[in-house]
Amino acid sequence: MLTDLTIHELGARFRQNDATPTEAAREYLDRIAALDPKVKAYLTVTAEAALARAAEADARFKTGAPLGPLDGVPLGLKDVLCTRGVRTTAGSKILEGFVPPYDATVVARLARAGAVILGKLNMDEFAMGSSTENSGYFATRNPWDLSRVPGGSSGGSAAAVAADLAAATLGTDTGGSIRQPAAFCGTVGLKPTYGRVSRYGLIAFASSLDQIGPFAKDVEDAALMLQAIAGHDPMDSTSAAVPVPDYAAGLGQGVEGLKVGIPAEYFIEGLDPEVETAVRAAIEILKGLGAKTESVSLPHTEYGLAAYYVIGPAEASSNLARYDGVKYGLRVPGARDLIDMYSRTRGAGFGAEVKRRVMLGTYALSAGYYDAYYGKAQKVRTLVQRDFQKAFERVDVIVAPTTPSAAFRTGEKEDPLSMYLNDVFTIPVNLAGLPGVSVPAGFTKGGLPVGLQVIGKAFDEAAVLRTAKAYEGATEWHKKKPELGA
Amino acid sequence: MPEPKITMREVEQVARLARLALSDAEKERMRRELDGILSYIDKLRALDTEGVPPTSHAVPMTNVMREDEPVPSLPQADMLANAPDRSGDFFRVPKIIEE
Amino acid sequence: MSGEYEVVIGLEVHAQLLTRTKMFCGCPTAFGAPPNTQTCPVCQGMPGSLPVINRRAVEFGIKTALAIGCTVNADNRFARKHYYYPDMPKNYQISQYEEPLAVHGHLDVEVGGAARRIGIERLHLEEDVGKLIHEGNLETAQSSQVDFNRAGLPLMEIVSKPDMRATEEAGAYLRALRAIVVYLGVCDGNMEEGSLRCDANISLRKRGAAELGTKVEIKNMNSFRNVQHALEHEIKRQARALDAGERIVQETRLWDPDKGHTVSMRSKEFAHDYRYFPEPDLPPLDVEARWVEAVRATLPELPAARRARFMEIHALNAYDADLLTGSRVLADYFEAAVAQCGKPKAAANWIINELLRELPGDDERAVAACPVPPGNLASLITLIEDGTISGKIAKDVFEKMYRSGEDARSIVSREGLTQVADVSALGSVVDQVLTEHAKVVQDYKAGKKAALGFLVGQVMKLTAGKASPGVVNSLLVEKLSKL
Repeated sequence: MLTDLTIHELGARFRQNDATPTEAAREYLDRIAALDPKVKAYLTVTAEAALARAAEADARFKTGAPLGPLDGVPLGLKDVLCTRGVRTTAGSKILEGFVPPYDATVVARLARAGAVILGKLNMDEFAMGSSTENSGYFATRNPWDLSRVPGGSSGGSAAAVAADLAAATLGTDTGGSIRQPAAFCGTVGLKPTYGRVSRYGLIAFASSLDQIGPFAKDVEDAALMLQAIAGHDPMDSTSAAVPVPDYAAGLGQGVEGLKVGIPAEYFIEGLDPEVETAVRAAIEILKGLGAKTESVSLPHTEYGLAAYYVIGPAEASSNLARYDGVKYGLRVPGARDLIDMYSRTRGAGFGAEVKRRVMLGTYALSAGYYDAYYGKAQKVRTLVQRDFQKAFERVDVIVAPTTPSAAFRTGEKEDPLSMYLNDVFTIPVNLAGLPGVSVPAGFTKGGLPVGLQVIGKAFDEAAVLRTAKAYEGATEWHKKKPELGA
Repeated sequence: MPEPKITMREVEQVARLARLALSDAEKERMRRELDGILSYIDKLRALDTEGVPPTSHAVPMTNVMREDEPVPSLPQADMLANAPDRSGDFFRVPKIIEE
Repeated sequence: MSGEYEVVIGLEVHAQLLTRTKMFCGCPTAFGAPPNTQTCPVCQGMPGSLPVINRRAVEFGIKTALAIGCTVNADNRFARKHYYYPDMPKNYQISQYEEPLAVHGHLDVEVGGAARRIGIERLHLEEDVGKLIHEGNLETAQSSQVDFNRAGLPLMEIVSKPDMRATEEAGAYLRALRAIVVYLGVCDGNMEEGSLRCDANISLRKRGAAELGTKVEIKNMNSFRNVQHALEHEIKRQARALDAGERIVQETRLWDPDKGHTVSMRSKEFAHDYRYFPEPDLPPLDVEARWVEAVRATLPELPAARRARFMEIHALNAYDADLLTGSRVLADYFEAAVAQCGKPKAAANWIINELLRELPGDDERAVAACPVPPGNLASLITLIEDGTISGKIAKDVFEKMYRSGEDARSIVSREGLTQVADVSALGSVVDQVLTEHAKVVQDYKAGKKAALGFLVGQVMKLTAGKASPGVVNSLLVEKLSKL
């Protein structure tokens, strides 16, 4: 089935005229129709547009002039990315009917690469969450066990790749929202360096932390996706004017002589023994491939979570102030006056987690509290960054677990704090703005995927991908697929 | 019993600042949850950050600017298309009362 | 106002910058477009939009900062200022807070002959808000309409120190500041249209007291006149309240120009909690010395310096120099005219007495569009100086020049207005007048010197004003002496 294939395998078929983009799009759309009622990854399926784009790609392959590796490839987009003319909700009721009049830069770049967009994927509301249970619409299921969560906030993006409902997808990562669901769903998930990919058109959650990145079936696909979206954008003042290397080129370099750091603070009491076992086995494999491992210390790791839960909500409370019923989205009717309209609209349109974080963030920025909370958290952020800088003086990459446990059951984590603890290994990487990937590293006895995280220096996605690729090459985890029927 | 990190009055004040209408049940729940979260965040206080500069941008950059060249605006229809209450060429909002 | 109180005034001026595009996006800034047609996802605050700083706005800020003696902060950054209002697309304004573009400048103004230095606290950049149209007025409107065309326009905010002690000083400061921004070409200084706005903070304290009184913010003063009236009114209001033993409430009051009083808008006692924090979407600015010096090199001669130079080099008095430097275009006009005719005093008189009757001198646009270019005025003056026409005739010629745009020489030659100075031609007219007004001649001979004026007038009448008054005068005196 074409839907089993990776991007690079599909591309080869297209170029050999063995298959057409329309056939691939049709297969994916059929599979979505058959299986998505179970997985619930998609919020919006754009079948007509997808087939139209696929037909255009068909023509290009026929004349032997394809646009590149993504031409004709069916992809899904997290519903936090603005797509012109296509409903974009950020997983929230407050944007229920919102149709952006413009494309996010990454969406435009994918279109220029000839990609075929299948639809918009479910997520935790405004990217706040670690399970996709906070979606204003419905919860997405983990394809490996439908009674469990796919992770979040990019749960739909991860589940879609795991269930072969898209060849690859884009998600976003602010505190782990790509890497954690990738680990839970057994896919590759890459968070680039902050500033590597343009945020223009990304519905903002935490401006200094958000990054867009791919979910993919293997590391090579992730590299191809990153290649298409990375690069400076004049519309995003925080996007870096750093040249984009050829990510695919260095992939096969291997890890001979590569210095790999193992952070002591990531192997703590709360770490599930099965996860630990899988990660340690992965480290052994890397050693077997020639990597040199050494212990590193990231002493401020435990403070990262606390700092993140000040900075993230503070920036979010500001970014979400615009959702007020005036220009777009929901407006609750029957308000007495403007303030009543604002409060009722936001009260009705935002879910519980979003309200919690908006309250927390507003509090942290309010008069008298700024220094103690936001000011303090930004200083702790510096300390977390310095930890990584020091470690990277000695090693090239850092390898660690992605999450403290495998996917938990729907409804299991009701207490917000216990939900927040899911991100303890991913958050410091966002605070430091570094690139990180999660790759499949095995399964628990219960058949749930476990992820291995590789963290690199700023703008050194090449080293991260190369390490991930070497590990992947020595394992078969990524080839396993969940049993979903159809 | 440790002092609550946030009082009900503060919850109401913050809700007003944030323009969020909360039911009484929501307010109580919010107070409890925020209390828990703020207690957790308090561990930051233990950290000595004397002389440590704050980081507001993960990757240091300065002077990102653009030239003063006009770019076509989006058509009025596009910009008004999502308006919850449109009045001709304008967005309409309900009665404004100064607080 | 009773001499018991001292008034303390600070002014906050917002100047809309004359850039082609908005502060954080490429939408045009041109005035008068239909509502919501000059917007984009950025200035409308759509989900996913991001700001990008307009370099020219920063340059204008630097230029102004240098002109008012400020120190430019090399490290400065933008911050978010939060409050909810329908004209604020994001419900926060991107402004500057702890690290503004420039600080600590001053303006020297002259009030009643005395020079005063007014300190300037800071200058920073921010974005403007949209326009709200209330159905009726704000108090009674059931709904309002929003137009975001103006949202995102670049604004420069200049905050003075509370150094002003009289409403006249406030007026002088505002005028001087306006002249500077207009001279620099960074703002068109139009208070009525809202491109220059002024808010005041005013408090009273007992003379000799060290502590400041409670300050009240006054808004909606949209002309120099209104600023002065509003402040005068507020001083009276506060003095009355203090005299009655009342406490002044810290609040914002709106000036109502029709009713001539201020109305309380909202209590500043529970001040807005703006929740400022550094703008995460914008990297900080590092304004290098090189850039500052490059901008400094583009500074034109500023109004005060130009005024002083006019007084010194062209021997003008303060009043005339003030009027002529009222706008850069007018000052340029004066200098262009002088360059051609070499007669600064005459040029000053003609501009002040005749030209400024036709158009306002501080309206750059009107002066630039004047139908009498400086060269034409200069040649008119030359025609008077070389005796071709009389001063009286010249006034008529000027009128015609203004209406038609023609130059002086063409009008004079076409209408035969050349002054007659020929002694033999005038001699016969003088003789005629002396004959016709024998009685007046006798009055003159009897010692009534004023009768000469009458006789000169009669000659002028008979020559339709073309006679050279000087020649007529001397001819009359000579002939009368012989009678």
